[in-house]
Amino acid sequence: MSCFKNKYADELVKNAAYIGTPGKGILAADESTGTIGKRLSSINVENVEENRRALRELLFCAPGALQYLSGVILFEETLYQKTASGKPFVDVLKEGGVLPGIKVDKGTVELAGTNGETTTQGLDGLGQRCAKYYEAGARFAKWRAVLKISATEPSELAIHENAYGLARYASICQENGLVPIVEPEILVDGSHDIEKCAAVTERVLAACYKALNDHHVMLEGTLLKPNMVTPGSDAPKVAHEVIAEFTVRALQRTVPPAVPAIVFLSGGQSEEEATLNLNAMNKLNTKKPWSLSFSFGRALQQSTLKAWGGKTENVEKARAAFLSRCKANSEATLGTYKGDATPAEGASESLHVKDYKY
Amino acid sequence: MSCRRREGNMVNMEQKQIHLKGLFGIPACSLSHSLSKTSVRIPRVMACASFVKLNAASSSWIGQKSSFGERSQGSSTRRVSFSIRASSYTDELVQTAKVIASPGRGILAIDESNATCGKRLASIGLDNTETNRQAYRQLLLTTPGLGEYISGAILFEETLYQSTTSGKKFVDCLRDENIVPGIKVDKGLVPLPGSNNESWCQGLDGLASRSAEYYKQGARFAKWRTVVSIPCGPSALAVKEAAWGLARYAAISQDNGLVPIVEPEILLDGDHPIDRTLEVAEKVWAEVFYYLAENNVMFEGILLKPSMVTPGAEHKEKASPDTIAKYTLTMLKRRVPPAVPGIMFLSGGQSEVEATLNLNAMNQSPNPWHVSFSYARALQNTVLKTWQGHPENVEAAQKSLLVRAKANSLAQLGRYSAEGESEEAKKGMFVKGYTY
Repeated sequence: MSCFKNKYADELVKNAAYIGTPGKGILAADESTGTIGKRLSSINVENVEENRRALRELLFCAPGALQYLSGVILFEETLYQKTASGKPFVDVLKEGGVLPGIKVDKGTVELAGTNGETTTQGLDGLGQRCAKYYEAGARFAKWRAVLKISATEPSELAIHENAYGLARYASICQENGLVPIVEPEILVDGSHDIEKCAAVTERVLAACYKALNDHHVMLEGTLLKPNMVTPGSDAPKVAHEVIAEFTVRALQRTVPPAVPAIVFLSGGQSEEEATLNLNAMNKLNTKKPWSLSFSFGRALQQSTLKAWGGKTENVEKARAAFLSRCKANSEATLGTYKGDATPAEGASESLHVKDYKY
Repeated sequence: MSCRRREGNMVNMEQKQIHLKGLFGIPACSLSHSLSKTSVRIPRVMACASFVKLNAASSSWIGQKSSFGERSQGSSTRRVSFSIRASSYTDELVQTAKVIASPGRGILAIDESNATCGKRLASIGLDNTETNRQAYRQLLLTTPGLGEYISGAILFEETLYQSTTSGKKFVDCLRDENIVPGIKVDKGLVPLPGSNNESWCQGLDGLASRSAEYYKQGARFAKWRTVVSIPCGPSALAVKEAAWGLARYAAISQDNGLVPIVEPEILLDGDHPIDRTLEVAEKVWAEVFYYLAENNVMFEGILLKPSMVTPGAEHKEKASPDTIAKYTLTMLKRRVPPAVPGIMFLSGGQSEVEATLNLNAMNQSPNPWHVSFSYARALQNTVLKTWQGHPENVEAAQKSLLVRAKANSLAQLGRYSAEGESEEAKKGMFVKGYTY
């Protein structure tokens, strides 16, 4: 059959398109309990539920921030949490015109017989979980597949396995009313040059779309969350325009126009770097039938976290930092960012962690 | 496969004959049309407005699994780097594709094999002789002003080497009109063993050297037509073979300076509804693009020649141009990456007017690729009937070609209206089980 369509088809198309609204993007706030613990410990805050809740309230209730967001990805715990005054986060987001999203994968495991390559778990019972999340207010989902570049990687097996996992996940999400964000992250670790990253990215994305098509996924109701095409973390840096050209070209070669929006991951880039790269892409005068936007985690929260430090008296300052990054990235989706975001401590700090697991 | 080293700086003079200097609107290459075989060191031209030039090297990557549990310890005697889609013809391929995909223009397909051309000639009472084939092609290719509406002409091998009766090479006639010469390179369809009575397309043997010869003669794009039959399934085997053959042909073409037109024709035969055609088309194009990618074909240097998404010829309901446009564009948006510069539809048995109306409907709003035509019967039908093989009718026949070409040019721009079209032009040309 052609792509699968069900009672959610129109809603999926509408929601996917909405997420790609120019001037808006996604806040990825779906850090698992373990990972958010690392963030909190970096500012000497204890990893307890109240602190996790407080951090998310800091973000979601920052005045004026939600207008720059079309979606927020949540971790399961957060989907059911409320503000201090008892209002469910999903309601806060909905009222702010922001679609709640939900991380549905269950992390990565190693593929035996490979050199440390991984696949992503989470398909068992995924249908029921998605239905439950839809009921709780989620309207999109996210599943992160991970690949790495080296002399011998990514292998055919890793590419195929991750592509097919993404396709099964996407199909199940659509069956249950959630727009699947397809995220095949190719880690930035390594000393390879940008051409290599481009070749690998093109190969991986071609495999992903082949898998999505084979699984009858309706592309108009999906989003793509790829890495930008950059040199490896140990290789010499290149200009933003170069990253923009290589990235957009890779997407032109692989992403059908039916996909409404591409929301980049930041993958260890500093806040400012990520924004400038996105901006450069949106300034390029070339064929871009999909919106190019952001789905940033660290690159939206780093300076906010630092400003907060876990202290209530810092909330306003932290919110100002957050608002500044949201606005900057909003402008970047329009290609109008001038690099003039209110400087905050940590905005230019690289967020790269070698062999990052989260 | 061992690493193919690209000789970026050493260029054979013959290969670098940029005859089409004015054609592409780029400054004339200072190389002369030298036929000498001396190799000359020429700095690699790195002018590409929007993209950073790549260092084109490296082989295709061969994955190596390390043995279970073992970590490979830097024994990097394997050469493993990913291919980059590039060859010494990269820039030219991109330019050629752009020229063919220029606004308001499309392709005139006159690559009928001798046998098929014979059928055309027979329909107007002419014998199938080389003289008659030459006369017919001359009529078409010397039509004054053709280049306003036609950007490329696909030729059969015989025609590529022919000249007008006054001795002017056909390829030169085309160049003078700013029309890029193309060449059919496949060797026809044969039965596919193990399938459900389906076909596959031959032609890979010796394709590289044939392509290089055609390039020397002036061809700058190639065409390879394979078919998929819905009444026969299609079987997964037939679809895979069609896609893989196209991908191999495309890679070889690019390697030899020819822009490959990728044509998996989904035959009109059958009584299936339009939804079924959509399903099959999506499957076929998913396979095609995946294998093209695996063969490291550069998408900025290819063109597509799909069939439009319509109901089968024997389906009870005909679809309107708007419906056909909607289904066809849906299919394209779901399968065609924006890097592909142009999509040149085949007419496949539609009447001249139908083919034009459908194309027009597809161009009512901007598309991420040039959406145009590559028509044979839908451009030639009235021409043949007007000519009847009589020299005194040549001018009138040429005029009728211009009428059809102009109509399709307008359709490419979304500005066509069917008012004033002749009855002849509206006659369907579907032939069941059509082979050519």
